Amino acid sequence: MDTKRKLSSGSVLNLFYIPALALFAVFVFYPFIKGIQISFTNWDGYSQDFRWIGFDNYSRMFSDPQIVNVMKNTLIYGMGSTFLQNMLGLLYALYLNRSIRAKGLIRTIVYLPVIISPLIMGYIWYFFFQYNGGALNDIVLLFQDEPINLLANADINVWIITFVNTFQYMGIAMVIYLAGLQSISKEYYEAAQIDGASSLKQFRNITLPLLAPSITINVVLNLIGGLKLFDVIIAMTNGGPGYASSSLSTLMYHLYFSRQDAGYAASLGNLMFVIISVISMSALYFLRRKEMQQ
Amino acid sequence: MMKAYKKWLIAIGSILLVAIHTIPFYILLTSSFKATDDLSSKWAFPGYLYLDNFVNAWNEANLGRAFINNTIITGVAMVLVVVIGSLAAYPLARHQTKWNKFMYMLFISVLIVPPLAILVPLYRFYVDIQALNTYWGIILIHVTFNLPITIFLYTGFIGTIPKDLDEAGMIDGSSRIGLFFRLIMPLLKPVTATVIILAGVAIWNDYQFSVFFLEKTEVRTITVSLAKFFGQYNSNIGWVAAGSLMGALPITLVYLALQKQFIHGLSSGAVKG
Repeated sequence: MDTKRKLSSGSVLNLFYIPALALFAVFVFYPFIKGIQISFTNWDGYSQDFRWIGFDNYSRMFSDPQIVNVMKNTLIYGMGSTFLQNMLGLLYALYLNRSIRAKGLIRTIVYLPVIISPLIMGYIWYFFFQYNGGALNDIVLLFQDEPINLLANADINVWIITFVNTFQYMGIAMVIYLAGLQSISKEYYEAAQIDGASSLKQFRNITLPLLAPSITINVVLNLIGGLKLFDVIIAMTNGGPGYASSSLSTLMYHLYFSRQDAGYAASLGNLMFVIISVISMSALYFLRRKEMQQ
Repeated sequence: MMKAYKKWLIAIGSILLVAIHTIPFYILLTSSFKATDDLSSKWAFPGYLYLDNFVNAWNEANLGRAFINNTIITGVAMVLVVVIGSLAAYPLARHQTKWNKFMYMLFISVLIVPPLAILVPLYRFYVDIQALNTYWGIILIHVTFNLPITIFLYTGFIGTIPKDLDEAGMIDGSSRIGLFFRLIMPLLKPVTATVIILAGVAIWNDYQFSVFFLEKTEVRTITVSLAKFFGQYNSNIGWVAAGSLMGALPITLVYLALQKQFIHGLSSGAVKG
């Protein structure tokens, strides 16, 4: 009986995760290691002829004229959207956290873009912002003779893309904050009212601290999503003009497929992995610690 | 007095919110129904019925084929994600040795690997094993990158099922493997719904894998077809708008029908940090 139970329990179960482990090994871990190898070569992406060049690809990053701007854009996409999505998501959640009539309708519409492909969402906003016959220019032309070309303006298009990404995914932040708000017991507010605390004080001392777990989730999630932004950029500006609105991911894509610069592209891929893990993990660590303190 | 004023403010606020969030979809509608030579404002709805944009977009972008490809790829990948994910989660939740805790961390850590970061080696690997432009090639990638969150959700859920149940099953004499299929699997329905929605939306809408691994017309999905179409005809907004509208329509309809499940599913998937 005892041996039979041992045989039919425990480690035998580990067989269950072999398929998953195999997939991770083949499609994630192996390419990951291979990518580190490739980043030390001058490989062009297809030929058999390449050689080891040590850290040249990595030192090249420091002299690459595009890289400063591309890094800046990547951080704007990551942190800008995170900031906007959380501010707007929280505001909308506070607004919806009461019995108003159109609550369901507002939630449905604000959430709708979440389920639509970001590429298509990018096109939809392209129709709005485009130079020739865009919806925005139809309004602008009422006031002046010349249409404006915001998507070609290197100072503005990065923010437009950030806005589009925010518009698309703020619904998730809103729903998570709404759930967080609904889980806060009304007794806290009743007690605060008896003490005569203003609504601003109630928000700072009750709502915000008790929303801490929701804030952590939203911030980390939006950071990861924004830092690896790809589809919307491709749809709206294709990273241009030049590389003006490129992120690390679109730059990598161009280097590999248009410029046959696979070795360098691989090193940028590794850089992207490091940046995303460091930023999102430190945000997670920092916010979790803040949660503990309360 | 104060109350009536506040009510009005909220009513106006709500109308404004709905209007603002409808604008892009409204523009999409007017653009896709406008004739090519109609240069009137995008804000004005055309006073006639014109469907050529849809016909042209459907044919030129090969959307019929794209819909079939999307359905096959998403369908098969979802089944595999559910089966492989729930299987993997069972030992991780029930047999928590030091080694298995490490495996769990390893699986979950894949969540932070940005797919594009390993694009170069993965693409190269796909050339080598001739997996480019195949259904199985893209399906295996989708399954792999949707597994971490799936395993996370299933492991958490199985952890909440009382262990007494397993023990009762074992006293009955069934093996633990049989136990999983007879006792545990049927209990996983709610979390499986979440997994299906989460993985389904991600795979159906994917562009950043599909654009690299599905280049040939016969295997292109909706997003890849639309991107190619947009590249060729971006001066013809009516066509591209109609194509985008058709591309977004199926999943939008499913969302409107199953709203509660979608919002719940996608948000509980978000609670993964």
